[in-house]
Amino acid sequence: MSFKHKHILGIEQMSKEDIEIILDTADAFKEINTRDIKKVPTLRGKTIINAFFEASTRTRLSFEIAGKRLSADTVNISGSTSSVVKGETLEDTARNIEAMAPDIIVIRHGHSGAPHYLAERVGCSIVNAGDGAHEHPSQALLDVMTMREHKGRIEGLEVAIIGDITHSRVVRSNIYCLSKMGAKVRLCGPGTMLPPGIEKLGNVKVYTDMQDAIKDVDVIMMLRIQMERQSNIMLPSLREYARFYGLNPTNVKLAKSDAIVMHPGPMNRGVEISSVVADGVQNVILDQVENGVAVRMALLYLVSGVESMQTS
Amino acid sequence: MAKILIKGGRVISPAQQLDDTCDVLIEKGKIAAIGKDLDAQGAEIIDADGKIVTPGLVDIHVHLRDPGLEYKEDIASGTLSAVTGGFTSIACMPNTNPVNDNLSVKNYILNKVKEEGHCRVFPIASISKGLQGESMTEMGELKGLGVYGVSDDGKPVSNAQLMRRAMEYAKPFGITIVTHAEDLELVGSGVMNEGPVSTELGLKGIPCVAEDAATAREIMLAEFTGAHLHVAHVSTKGSIDLVRQAKKRGVNVTCEATPHHFTLTDEAVRGYNTNAKMNPPLRSAEDREAVRKGIADGTVDAIATDHAPHHIDEKNVEFNIAMNGIVGLETALPLSLQLVEDGLIDLPKAVALLTCGPAAALGIPAGQLEEGGVADVTVIDPELEWTVDAQKLVSKSKNTPFDGWKMNGAALCTIVGGKIAYRR
Repeated sequence: MSFKHKHILGIEQMSKEDIEIILDTADAFKEINTRDIKKVPTLRGKTIINAFFEASTRTRLSFEIAGKRLSADTVNISGSTSSVVKGETLEDTARNIEAMAPDIIVIRHGHSGAPHYLAERVGCSIVNAGDGAHEHPSQALLDVMTMREHKGRIEGLEVAIIGDITHSRVVRSNIYCLSKMGAKVRLCGPGTMLPPGIEKLGNVKVYTDMQDAIKDVDVIMMLRIQMERQSNIMLPSLREYARFYGLNPTNVKLAKSDAIVMHPGPMNRGVEISSVVADGVQNVILDQVENGVAVRMALLYLVSGVESMQTS
Repeated sequence: MAKILIKGGRVISPAQQLDDTCDVLIEKGKIAAIGKDLDAQGAEIIDADGKIVTPGLVDIHVHLRDPGLEYKEDIASGTLSAVTGGFTSIACMPNTNPVNDNLSVKNYILNKVKEEGHCRVFPIASISKGLQGESMTEMGELKGLGVYGVSDDGKPVSNAQLMRRAMEYAKPFGITIVTHAEDLELVGSGVMNEGPVSTELGLKGIPCVAEDAATAREIMLAEFTGAHLHVAHVSTKGSIDLVRQAKKRGVNVTCEATPHHFTLTDEAVRGYNTNAKMNPPLRSAEDREAVRKGIADGTVDAIATDHAPHHIDEKNVEFNIAMNGIVGLETALPLSLQLVEDGLIDLPKAVALLTCGPAAALGIPAGQLEEGGVADVTVIDPELEWTVDAQKLVSKSKNTPFDGWKMNGAALCTIVGGKIAYRR
């Protein structure tokens, strides 16, 4: 094993081999989550701070459970994205945290680049749990892990990602991850949510018509339409959004018959995804959540540089 | 006051169509003579053999931060930074605290310049009172008392009606309207140029049309009113094209380009480099090329720095919340000379863009080198190699994207009113 990254800042910096090591490690850890006693001593004595400067339930919970199942001491802090409001800079906040000698800081922050900023200024490992509209590496990894489980491979898969591409860190990380693993990415969303140059990030094709985008794909990934980030200026209405960019029992048939349906959550039922599809046989949405814990265990384990895997 | 003889340099003064190897004699604060083998008796001699002698450089876009924001820069440090960069005349923007929108603030600035300044300062007053974009500054009174232009730089006048009236009002007084052309609605919460780099970094973009649309409006208003419009820091292909077309139609419009916009692109933001964050933002390679073309074909009248000092605490933060702007006075000259090295313009043109060009664009008495005129002179070594060390800048602030860059060319000696204000 040759995982050399001290920090997990994004998928952009990773090689195909790095991604495979993470996925293989996650596969091995996944079994722990099915045990009666879901705990191994791998990270005993390590301290992990989950610093969430932006609201999150699923990701924070997932990281916390991942840390605890590896026997690390996990502590959660949350705060406003704008540390300036509190009069303390992000650097000072981080230095204060660091003075208490954590081994890993898991950070979620509303500002793109915040984890990179910290990585340059503190000594411990930084794991990016989502920064602005930039990257969300653990999400992409759990997505790819889920695809690999269901499809047996990533190479050659056609993956359609539909929704607000502009504001999505999930999209950026998935483009990097899927492209490095040999999949093809199709992106589709309203004209107001397709940022310039997105096709340059990887093996990407941009579609303006959702029917074309999902035709014959292996995977459909629906993005949450984040109403809190939209003003009325980006979309006429959620009703119209659902009509042109929502996944429903009719258009889902355009994909391959064995296509899987994914969603990073939280879902807006009836907006980007109809309940029939969200709960349908093709959905793997809860598999994604389950794999999230395993992937995050793998990331925490790998950055902590533990030499031999102690899963028993 | 001492006599100074600048001997044997290549004397270039585009305003006087002068480009000749000769001497310049300075006496009693004036240019006593320009000619060959001038009598040096009793004069301090500056050997300018192999050097360039120009009118003192002029920068019409500087933020001196004084009054109110002296922790970033003050009149002493800002003007010292200016003369270090070869500038003898600078115009300072009114976004101080309080805003320079009245006689008292203007007088404060000029009195402080008299007491502790190192070069000439031409304060630019605001267009609107308090930069609020609501009602006009008493610009008539200020004109003739050292104010030649007005600008709401950094806080563009959104209200087209106010801009129209400001132009109409300014015109008979001969006041230049300096616009920071940006449509703030189109800027939204953008923090860098909108394009592939902003997409990749996940940072909100500022589209070039935010500048283009505003430039178009200002030009149409200038054409309608006949006022003199000066477009500050043009950064987009669209704006350059608009100014070029307007000039062809005979609109009374001038514009400036900054060294960072003709040197860098938005690629410099990678790594979330807050010293590459400014407004207007660094643009695409295509835009930079258009600005350079505008410099070459005469669309651009002036090089101006938009020297915008910020404290390290305002830059050592996440990109989104970092302040806009970089210091520029001490790096402008070599970056401008690089345009000559690149074959884009010749040396006299570069000198024009740093002297008579900006002076005419704002309408200030500067940028000349003629017998009987004030002795504002810069002696330049165009070959001098040096490396930018941000910590060694004399400006109070060190926010430059050029830290560590190898530069060619520097001011050896900056003379203001016959006195040596800086010597390298």
